[in-house]
Amino acid sequence: MRFSSLSKNTLRALTALIMAAVYVPLALVIMNSFNAATSSTFPVQEFSTKWWVAAWHNEGVREALWTSVKVAFWATLIALILGSMVAFALARYRFFGRNTVNLLVVLPIALPGIVTGVAFSNTFKNVFEPLGINLGLFSIIVGHATFCIVMVFNNVQARLGQMNRGLEEAAMDMGANVFRTFFQVTFPGFRAAFVAGALLAFALSFDEVVVTTFTAAPGTETLPIWIYNNMARPNQAPVVNVIAAVLIIVSMIPVYLSQRLTGADQLERKASKQKQAA
Amino acid sequence: MRPRRMSTTITPAPAPTLAPTRPRRGLGDRISTVLYRHGWLRLLGLLGLPMLWLGVLYLGSLALLLITAFWTTDSFTSQVIPAFTWENFSEILTVAAYRDTALRTIGIALAVTVLCAVIAIPLGLYMAKIASPRVRTWLAIGITLPLWAGYLVKVFSWRITFSDGGPLEWLLAPLGLSGPGYGATALVITLAYLWFPYMAVPVYTAFRSIPDNLFEASADLGGRAWRTVFSVALPLLKPALIAGSIFTFSLSLGDYIAAQFVGGKTQVIGTVIASNINLNPPLAAAFATVPILVVVLYLFLARKSGALKHF
Repeated sequence: MRFSSLSKNTLRALTALIMAAVYVPLALVIMNSFNAATSSTFPVQEFSTKWWVAAWHNEGVREALWTSVKVAFWATLIALILGSMVAFALARYRFFGRNTVNLLVVLPIALPGIVTGVAFSNTFKNVFEPLGINLGLFSIIVGHATFCIVMVFNNVQARLGQMNRGLEEAAMDMGANVFRTFFQVTFPGFRAAFVAGALLAFALSFDEVVVTTFTAAPGTETLPIWIYNNMARPNQAPVVNVIAAVLIIVSMIPVYLSQRLTGADQLERKASKQKQAA
Repeated sequence: MRPRRMSTTITPAPAPTLAPTRPRRGLGDRISTVLYRHGWLRLLGLLGLPMLWLGVLYLGSLALLLITAFWTTDSFTSQVIPAFTWENFSEILTVAAYRDTALRTIGIALAVTVLCAVIAIPLGLYMAKIASPRVRTWLAIGITLPLWAGYLVKVFSWRITFSDGGPLEWLLAPLGLSGPGYGATALVITLAYLWFPYMAVPVYTAFRSIPDNLFEASADLGGRAWRTVFSVALPLLKPALIAGSIFTFSLSLGDYIAAQFVGGKTQVIGTVIASNINLNPPLAAAFATVPILVVVLYLFLARKSGALKHF
């Protein structure tokens, strides 16, 4: 397209500004975690690592982290089983109500989190508590698993659609039963999508706040709930800041690296293809 | 899986272990045969557990929520009384504070959506049509990467940015300006930041899929670059904008945590639900139907516009 250099430069400047708005706040969190002061005054007067030390020794953070890992583990496990089952049913069978089932799987993330949260909170109070099942780790896992199912479902269903059914039929023709065919032929075929779904489900559960606030008992804190409870407390804010900085670094660097690697990979492949063509 | 049929399309070399010399008839084989013969049994086996979870537990919870919305609360004991009444719904419509909160939240969600679209269009244009492939890869990673950074972390980053005596005020002070502080403006910016990738990715993808010769044709007919963007590109972007807006709109509508940390005194639908969930559950339940209705209406309008066919 024939853009004037003025238009090009305007767009370039706008893009730079947008990317700055995306990353400067995150950079501020990392910088502010080294701020010796308790309040986040700017510019930083004195740098120190004392809040990093304080965060490292903070019992509440450790407990919350452990709770989060447990919740995410169980929610992911449930989502893997249920999500794969629905994915198989929808990818391989045509039946009455198929679209309704599809909608039902997507509903928990299509509706605002607060609706799911309030609905579960209401059910736990009115149905489960009279039965002697109280809010706690169990209720958080139930809530999380519900919206994690779709993550596994999406990945597995997409992969199943591309798979060659002939391989399964061949295995069965050779005498393998349904189960053996599944574990030795079908599963290896969608393992990558299964693992990707598991990672997404784990990440989604690990980051969830809204449903958790409604389904957690007052004493139970996942890491996001700990952050939520302490963010507005002036004397805890510096520790929250350190945790936030850690989360930025831990979550973004591996994803960045993996995307760079696959991105570079694709470029190389393209380059080699062009070479072959030439 | 249809009963044994010769597969002519593919002839893979089967692993030798898969070919037993004599069929063994263990329990697994027998169950397998039954499952093999009855497709509906397999389907039932696959759908039973997920439907128990999603159909009974989840949908049941939503139904119970709707029923609770018609109950009432004893104002002295905070005890929920299961008796049918329209009171909660009429309260939402008649009490000015509730009605204003609902309208304000919808307004904020629309503002967030517009802001996201306005930022996504020049970014998508630059990425798709001007940037070099290398820069394009960088930017594509750059706009999706923050999705992984954690929701509360991002809210916290804007809480720091907008804080009293914080970075934004420091930046604006030499210009004689002051930051917006915590309030509705800060809330709209923070929400737009949170959901921006959901708008930016489809818009960028749509720009990429517009063939260059359309732009050339427009130029040949005398259309200047900006005229081309508005008359040729924008109409083609409509499906992407609508698809993105579903995310930005509905996610903003249900959010209340950002409102708590950067919204100052701004009340949104979520704040009202959260503050009533223990004191007056029926009112909270009734209020929770508002975002459901608005989102369903929005989806209906989006579908009717015909823009969702490609998404």
